[in-house]
Amino acid sequence: MTDTIDRPQAQTRRIPAPAQNLESKPFWDAAREGRFLIKRCTACKEPHWYPRSICPFCNSPDTVWEESPGEGVIYTFSVMHRSTPVPYAIAYVTLDEGVSLLTNIVDCEMASIRIGQRVKIKWTPTEGGPPVFTFAPA
Amino acid sequence: MSIKGKAYVVGAWEHPRREIPDLSTAQVHAECARGALEDAGLSLSDVDAYYCAGDAPGFGAMSMADYMGLKLKHMDSTETGGSSYIIHAGHAAEAIAAGKCKVALITLAGRPVGSRAGLGDGKGGAGGAPRPGGGGPGGGINEVPEAGFENIWGGSTHNTYGMCAMRHMYQYGTTSEQLAWIKVAASHHAQWNEHAMLRNVVTVEDVINSPMIADPLHRLDCCVVSDGGGAVILAAPEVAKSLKRPLVKVIGHGEANKGPAGGRNLDLTYSGAVWSGPPAWEEAGVKPSDIKYASIYDSFTITVLMQLEDLGFCEKGHGGKFVADGNLISGVGKLPFNTDGGGLCNNHPTNRGGITKIIEAVRQLRGEAHPKVQVPNCDLAIAHGTGGSLGVRHGSGTLIMERA
Repeated sequence: MTDTIDRPQAQTRRIPAPAQNLESKPFWDAAREGRFLIKRCTACKEPHWYPRSICPFCNSPDTVWEESPGEGVIYTFSVMHRSTPVPYAIAYVTLDEGVSLLTNIVDCEMASIRIGQRVKIKWTPTEGGPPVFTFAPA
Repeated sequence: MSIKGKAYVVGAWEHPRREIPDLSTAQVHAECARGALEDAGLSLSDVDAYYCAGDAPGFGAMSMADYMGLKLKHMDSTETGGSSYIIHAGHAAEAIAAGKCKVALITLAGRPVGSRAGLGDGKGGAGGAPRPGGGGPGGGINEVPEAGFENIWGGSTHNTYGMCAMRHMYQYGTTSEQLAWIKVAASHHAQWNEHAMLRNVVTVEDVINSPMIADPLHRLDCCVVSDGGGAVILAAPEVAKSLKRPLVKVIGHGEANKGPAGGRNLDLTYSGAVWSGPPAWEEAGVKPSDIKYASIYDSFTITVLMQLEDLGFCEKGHGGKFVADGNLISGVGKLPFNTDGGGLCNNHPTNRGGITKIIEAVRQLRGEAHPKVQVPNCDLAIAHGTGGSLGVRHGSGTLIMERA
């Protein structure tokens, strides 16, 4: 890296309450209980993300919620330095189940974040909503 | 050519319910899609074109397309209120007649009644943000199916494109210096454009020493923010030939969508150009090495690099070497690009650069670009763009034009 910006400890950005709808409500209700759910199709057996009632791979409406341990690796990330009071890392994490999701990496030095790094879910409170699925080094 | 007899209505399905308090609006769209496809004896994997209007939650046709796992060659989100779907049917027939697609899906769904009883805003079309964090309100109800899972992470154009660049560097060894060459080339062109916002020629060092915005993209890796606009007119051959302007003929076009697609096999190192390019090349009957001038959407330097690879101007992963050492500078390199200075230096009207890409290609084909950047005997040009977010979901458009 060629930049010379002093990289501070990754603080947790203030995260807004996630929007919900009838399809996503069970996910967020579980989040309030600290349970991380993904969806799996009972027809083609494939998991998918974000959770849908219809399988995006085989068109089956037979999808079920499944609890995930929330562990995986960082696929890619970018630390935002400008237009923010607190630098933060947006990232895609590929869960061990094989699906990738958009998230923030928290609880670590920003300069230490690496592609391929193992991470684990860390529930982060939001402003007036359920907690959200950030990830921290495992 | 007429649409008469060129397309058939093969499936039709009306949702049986009149009050739907228990489903998301996206679910109702998907149920309608499924019903019509089952009626036809087809499945979602057969669909290669999708049409919807403002009742579809999200970003044009792309949120619902990604929700349903569609891989599209043609899309349309023309909004004319209740008549939209009839117009869509006509547009679908035109596209099928022209060989652009084979199976077009049109959906309508909404819950103005059902949403009164429960969680839902009844329409969903209003909440759509073109990228995560792109303006969607926090909390509350949002029928855009991905919104709650994506809009909370502070996603912006900078850091979602930054994630693409980061992965491209990791996977292919692309460097910040190589990306910087794209900005350098644009600045060489912009110095001759009296309207360009940034007319100073910059060096690779200037780019990599500019402040980091979102790793690994520096300030000078980013396009400008500008007002402005543009317009383009297409006409029938007999009209074109009756006018006094040089003839610029459209010879090929392709379009595609790309998104996280259920989160399986995520690959941010390529763009929808891998799908919008081939039908355009095939229709035009030309190949990348034939192109004399290229307008390539340059929201960021990485956008250019990935699209050049994906359009076949160089091998995948070799974009860094391809753009280095002035290869994109008119009069210097093998592929003159964005000779108006592009989005990186000239303008990016209302954060949408597609139309200026066509306009500079037309100038080149007419021989009306600035003399310092005009490509000699420029008879074949491409205009290509990515809209939305390269790193999340985007639309890809490719247009090949020829001087007649």
